[in-house]
This record gives sequence, C-alpha cells and structure tokens, in this order.
Amino acid sequence: MPPVGPRSGDAIFANVERVNAELFTLTYGAIVRQLLTDLEEVEEVNKQLDQMGYNIGIRLIDEFLAKSNVSRCVDFKETAEVIAKVGFKMFLGVTASVTNWDADGTCCSIVLEDNPLVDFVELPDTCQGLYYCNILSGVVRGALEMVSMKTEISWIRDMLRGDDAFELQVKLLKQIPEEYPYKDDE
Amino acid sequence: MYCNRLYANKPELAASRIDAIGYQVGHQLSERYTMERPRFTDHLDAIKFICKDFWSELFKKQIDNLKTNHRGTFVLQDNRFRWVSRMSLDPSENGDLSQENAEAAENKAVQEPNMHLHFSCGVIKGALHNLGIACAVSADPSQLPACSFVVRIKP
Repeated sequence: MPPVGPRSGDAIFANVERVNAELFTLTYGAIVRQLLTDLEEVEEVNKQLDQMGYNIGIRLIDEFLAKSNVSRCVDFKETAEVIAKVGFKMFLGVTASVTNWDADGTCCSIVLEDNPLVDFVELPDTCQGLYYCNILSGVVRGALEMVSMKTEISWIRDMLRGDDAFELQVKLLKQIPEEYPYKDDE
Repeated sequence: MYCNRLYANKPELAASRIDAIGYQVGHQLSERYTMERPRFTDHLDAIKFICKDFWSELFKKQIDNLKTNHRGTFVLQDNRFRWVSRMSLDPSENGDLSQENAEAAENKAVQEPNMHLHFSCGVIKGALHNLGIACAVSADPSQLPACSFVVRIKP
C-alpha cells in the first residue's frame, strides 16, 4: 500500500539505503582535496564544488519527491521548512532549523548544528577562503531551480571558520512560472 | 566520481584523479579499521582483512571469492558489487545512442563502468598501501553486476 500524506524525514531516513558514514565523509574530503591540488585557487574550488552540488541537486530533487511524498508547498516558508526537516534528514541524516526570516518572507537561514561532511576536517591556513561545504549550497540551489524557484545561497556561518554552527542564507530571487505546452524538441 | 565533468575530454586524466581520490579514502579507512588489531603476519592475512572486515564495513557483505596464485596475485570477486549494481550500461546494449557516432558510443560504453571502478581500485590500493603492501589493482567488469579486482603485489 502506498503511504498517504507526507512522510517525516526520520521515517524516510530509516528506510532508504544508506552508505557507511566514514566512507561518505572521507570520500567528500578526498574530492575536495583533489580539487585543491588540481585547481590550485581556493576560489575556483568553491565554484567547482557549487557546480557539482548543482548537478547533484537537479537530479536529487526527483529522488526527494519520489520518496518523501511531499506535495506542493504553499509558500517559500513551507519550502524552507521541508528542506530543513525532510530534505536534510533524508540525505544527510541530520535535521536543520530555519530562522532569520526577512519581512517579506523571501529570505531565510537554514542552520545546521551537526554536519557529517566536516567530521575529521580541519582547514589548514592555506585554505582559509575555502567554503568546504559549498557542495550543499549547490545542491539546494539546483534542487529548488527544478521546482521553479531561482535562489541565491550564501554561507553566513561556518564551523570550520570558528563559528558555532553552519548557516546557509537562502534568498528567493524569483519564481519561474511554468510554461505549457512544452515544445516537443525540448 | 564527479571529477568526470572536469576532464570530460581527457579520460586518462580523469581516471588518475578518481584513482587518487579512492586511494586517499582507502588509506584513511584502513587506518581507522585496523586501529585495534594486531599486525598482519603476511600478505594473505592482510588481503583476508580486506575481503572480510574492510568489505563488510563498506558494503555490508564480504568478498564472495578469493583466488591467488601464491606468487603475489590475488583475485577478489564480488558477485554483486554495489557501486555498479545499478548501472544500466552494458557493453552489449549500446545500440540506442544514435545521436553519437557508433565508435564514440562504443568507447563510452566500455569506459563508463571502468571510470567508476577506478575509485574502488584506488580504495583497495590505498588500503593495502596503508598496511605496508605496495600493489597495483585493476578491475574486471566484464560480468556485471559481478566484478573482480585483481591485486598484483609488487615484489
């Protein structure tokens, strides 16, 4: 029997295939490391991580919608809550919280207290400009773009830079209206 | 594996990058998983560790078959290797890639699983290297989803 109604992040997380956490963390670390060696410029690495995340995000949204049973969100506030409570739990195994809403409800912060990507990680002095978790911002941006929301995402706080949590600021730039009918050749 | 995009036109370069990433991961993982065990007595002992404990940590299953010629070559076979078990690319069914010319399509189909396997080869190589065993690792994906890894220990 198919589940009715949206499922909680915990319930989904308990049922999906999971990968060894150390393998996941170390693999991400090794990728970042390899990028640093290859691209040399920290800025370039940030850009590349964001692009990788974007590529993941535009596909991950399908997985998310297929498994979470979440229906259309009424507003951006609900969208942010769903990302934090269901999305992050489902794919990273941690729950985030949403705060710092601006007056018109188009900009908020997603705060992660716990982030498996940075276990065992310490940034050396040479990488101070690195946004180590930049892949996450790309994922969120890519995923939202696939559901008609253009966003701009930036890091406000980063534990690797000495802050007490990870804070991602998500700013809704515009909602892209869906266009029908789609052209055949697209 | 995402490095693929960076080196889309240079498969050899991409392969060595992916291998290096795997190596790093294997190296660190075997360091962690061997923390509380006694030193390995010989090569076979270390390979067995890879087949059993190490593989179980990563894939929740052991290597299905281990063969050796007793002269430094080991073949580790996993009958259902997780990282390629969902791959739909099969060298025998690349006929539908009509937008590319046939030759390129063929190359691509053969390359794709190999590209993914460079990571696993790197992991095994890194893990063994951390245990003091220098070796070369290659993969044989000809019978997907089964996959065998050939470990040649350098004398």
